Amino acid sequence: MKLPAIVNKFSSPRNFYSMSGKLIPWFTWGFGLTLLAGLYYGFFVAPPDYQQGESYRIMFVHVPAAWMSMFVYMVMATSAAIGLIWRIKTADLMASMSAPIGAAFTFIALATGSLWGKPMWGTYWVWDARLTSELVLLFLYLGFIALQASIEDPRNAARAGAVLAIVGVVNIPIIHYSVEWWSTLHQGPTVTKLDKPSIHITMLIPLLLMAVSFKLYYLASVLMRGRGEVLRREQNSRWVKDIVAAETQSGGVK
Amino acid sequence: MTASEFFHMGGYAFFVWSSYGITTLLLGWMFISPIFRRKQIIRELRTKYRQQERQQQDNPAEN
Repeated sequence: MKLPAIVNKFSSPRNFYSMSGKLIPWFTWGFGLTLLAGLYYGFFVAPPDYQQGESYRIMFVHVPAAWMSMFVYMVMATSAAIGLIWRIKTADLMASMSAPIGAAFTFIALATGSLWGKPMWGTYWVWDARLTSELVLLFLYLGFIALQASIEDPRNAARAGAVLAIVGVVNIPIIHYSVEWWSTLHQGPTVTKLDKPSIHITMLIPLLLMAVSFKLYYLASVLMRGRGEVLRREQNSRWVKDIVAAETQSGGVK
Repeated sequence: MTASEFFHMGGYAFFVWSSYGITTLLLGWMFISPIFRRKQIIRELRTKYRQQERQQQDNPAEN
């Protein structure tokens, strides 16, 4: 299957560099504003929970981080697959750059879940389906990063990573449905279900604000990572030499 | 709500603030480090390009 020429042109590393430079400030501002709104609403407007008191406020970082851990994985696997099929360098780049951010979100989901579990369940950790499958997700990210780092040739590294990422997609529905398929300490979904969300609107608003904020954070940070890495990967291109020269002249990089 | 009540978090201060602390530190570092990394890459490439230029000047016959 061949892609139209415009796709190849648009997705060129050079275009990625200039487009990302324009987009990063917007995503960063959006992230900052939704973060402030989410934190304000989450701490000062949302009431304490009738069962969990103030401890439930961990939810405003825990749940968005857990959503992002799966969302970033899907973005990573999808762009790795696109890179594998159509050999688009920018897609390979997005997959590699997403992995550390996804791993960070997964770690945060696990760590904050643990810190929420201790006062509510009486334990930091149980080997149940939800927690174990989320831990497997962390290992998938780390495996992807380690695999790509171990292969010198960027083309082969992208290919091997893509296969791992695509196979690992099977874990995503397992994480999502784990709380329904197996008996677990972890509560079921309250927001992402077909029925009406079973969470009060004053708690739902900050939760969604934080979710949007984390998504914008990911966009800004993955582009920032890619913007450096693309220079390294394309270092033999004329346009990269021009950018390095321009950055030197303007004093941007001393 | 007073400031001390706020920081006390109904007795869950350790769990709530550790959660927010870990999140802030990790996401903050992940956000700032690419800025330095990009500058570092540009510095490395500048050194590399200058070396290439010098080699070309020393051995003009090869090009």
